[in-house]
Amino acid sequence: MHPTRQRRLLLIVALLAAAALATTLIALALQRNVAYLYTPSEVLKGEAGGHARFRLGGMVAAGSFQRAPGTLEAHFNVDDGDAKLPVVYTGILPDLFREKQAVIATGHMQGSTFVADEVLAKHDETYMPKEVADKMGAAHRKHGVDSAAEMPGPN
Amino acid sequence: MLPELGQLALILALLVAALQAALPLAGAQRGIGAWMAVARPAAYAQFGLVVLAFGVLTTSFLHQDFSLQYVAENSNSLLPWYYRITAVWGAHEGSLLLWALILAVWTAAVARFSKRLPPDVIARVLGVMGLVATGFLAFLIFTSNPFARLLPAAAEGRDLNPLLQDPGMIIHPPMLYLGYVGFSVPFAFAIAALLGGGVDARWLRWTRPWTNVAWGFLTIGIALGSWWAYYELGWGGWWFWDPVENASFMPWLAGAALLHSQAVTEKRGSFRGWTLLLAIAAFSLSLLGTFLVRSGVLTSVHAFAADPTRGLFVLVFLGIVIGGSLLLYALRAPADETGAPFAASSRETLLLVNNLLLASACAMVLLGTLYPLLADALDLGKLSVGPPYFALLFTLLMAPLVLLLPFGPMTKWQREQVSRPVAMLVPWLGLAFGIGIVAFFLAPQSPWKVAAGIAGAAWVLAGTLRFVWTRFQASGARFTPEMVGMTFAHFGIAVFLIGALLVEGLSQQRELAVAPGQEVTLGAYAFRFDGVARREGPNYVSDTGTVTVFSGDAPLTVLHPEKRRYAAGGQVMTEAAIQPSLQRDLYVALGEPLGGGSWAVRVHVKPFVRCIWLGALLMAIGGFVTATDRRFRRKETTA
Repeated sequence: MHPTRQRRLLLIVALLAAAALATTLIALALQRNVAYLYTPSEVLKGEAGGHARFRLGGMVAAGSFQRAPGTLEAHFNVDDGDAKLPVVYTGILPDLFREKQAVIATGHMQGSTFVADEVLAKHDETYMPKEVADKMGAAHRKHGVDSAAEMPGPN
Repeated sequence: MLPELGQLALILALLVAALQAALPLAGAQRGIGAWMAVARPAAYAQFGLVVLAFGVLTTSFLHQDFSLQYVAENSNSLLPWYYRITAVWGAHEGSLLLWALILAVWTAAVARFSKRLPPDVIARVLGVMGLVATGFLAFLIFTSNPFARLLPAAAEGRDLNPLLQDPGMIIHPPMLYLGYVGFSVPFAFAIAALLGGGVDARWLRWTRPWTNVAWGFLTIGIALGSWWAYYELGWGGWWFWDPVENASFMPWLAGAALLHSQAVTEKRGSFRGWTLLLAIAAFSLSLLGTFLVRSGVLTSVHAFAADPTRGLFVLVFLGIVIGGSLLLYALRAPADETGAPFAASSRETLLLVNNLLLASACAMVLLGTLYPLLADALDLGKLSVGPPYFALLFTLLMAPLVLLLPFGPMTKWQREQVSRPVAMLVPWLGLAFGIGIVAFFLAPQSPWKVAAGIAGAAWVLAGTLRFVWTRFQASGARFTPEMVGMTFAHFGIAVFLIGALLVEGLSQQRELAVAPGQEVTLGAYAFRFDGVARREGPNYVSDTGTVTVFSGDAPLTVLHPEKRRYAAGGQVMTEAAIQPSLQRDLYVALGEPLGGGSWAVRVHVKPFVRCIWLGALLMAIGGFVTATDRRFRRKETTA
């Protein structure tokens, strides 16, 4: 083979190998680090069963928030209008964490409790995480907490 | 009356921008000098009109004109005057106006500093920038008008999002946009070259400083954003691989690749097609970033209420710009590689590897950022991609880049004996490795990260110093600003490596409930919680904590972390208290009251966290210094 062609062929083979390696690595890394979002009713139906670690989205149920005295262990229920799931989280909650507000918790199930290692709350008064809003559409309205009702009027 | 003047100015700016696009582009194609000559005056006129519109909006904020919907939504009579100015770009409409303003600034600068370019080139470059401006101004006027009236006027405004009431926020968006929009210059140049059919080394030399300056601003913008997130969000993190951070990081990576590839094309004539493609990519990713942040398709700190018409508009605009330029590239890209041939062992090859790694990193971030959108569109479920994906792959891609970095400047163009740069650098590689091993055994925790950070930094630092020394030794050699800039930027990488890996490895943090008088020990420091007192701010009420920090038995400092409740929205904000120093930050944030005077408190010790932003600053300085090289402004033809 002509030396230029040979070099070019080598280059193409090397590039293909690199691309294959990169694709495999990316696919593996993606697969291991993707967290799906479920609502409590989906979890109770067993839809999240396949994933050890997932995200739980919904509203913090009214009157469900409690802290174990002297510690940062927090207990609350996440509610999507049809079902509730108890959540436990140890640590400081975000500033916008409140009852009757949307949260997304990341963690895993332990028995019938969701053990969260991260809790995110919606970050301003008019904002609701889009994915939660999409997921909860109907359930949301049932609770009468559509975003318009939440907007603080000019005071 | 004033807002209508702003509205009028904006509409006129749109018309002028359309003119600036249409006539010069058509004129350049047909060779009509008079049409081409429209470009410059149109650029100046557009600049004047957008400045006027922006000035009007700023004045409305300063005067608290709550008959403007945008002002009423983002200001409040209690808001201090300096935050009224930053509130101009605090939300969607105003930040787009800022985008348009900065594009007008860059356009006017190009018009001013392009005397040496042939008239058809400058007509095309300004024409393409005019096209971009037309798209953005139309977007502003038709979907996001900042001058929309609110009738009857509101008695009081809703206030600026408290997260944005912060000095860092004053300069973060302008810096970021200066970078984003600055990439429109190499982009416009690339399109002009494709339209005109020829990449001339002279024009490339002319665009290089623009790319460097834009990249420098983008670096500062991203660093400010990271710094702001660090102290304002109260979590003590400096990078979250949040979609919006990724949106600004992708053009940065593409821009970094472009800087290096432009150098090769300008000096050796190689990589022409690739340089054009990167210029298109850097600006397209900037547009994509704007789209991701502004359309509300992503769940993020920055994604405000979504409006489907806006999303559609930006999507169409994005499709036209990216699709159009890629189509043009496919049709007109220079097919012949006319550059000087180079051997496998040469600086060209090393820079090619640099570009491949940076481009792969960029593609990896793009995939991770868009994957959730893609999965949602394909009905694969709602998911998010976790930071470990980005962190792992980014580390894998950047490790070879750091390893090869010092070889680049030491290797000759075209052909190099592998043994020469290797012989010069191996002792330093050995030294860095040795330091790494020592660090591995001395590190109190995460020995791998600490060793990698210190060894990597030592290697880049020593290797770059070796280059400086070689230049000094070479007789008659001088330091061009280009070399000084490169040295600065590479030092910046060393400093950044120290910061990033040492923070990741050595940070200590605790979250716990404390009663007044109670002490928390963290590493060599003891934090004593002295209780919380109420305090009034201009537009908020604050619970201000007092925390005394001891190093051994000696009191070191007193920190005042705050929990603020803003009057207008009732929003609660954490203000972390930080005692900064180069070696470590002491960081205290208040959680929530737990009753009986006790509070949830988060304490961090963050070693070398300042090096992260210092490194970024050095990189930005490198970009600016490079741009001052007189070689880029050498006169070849008389103006």
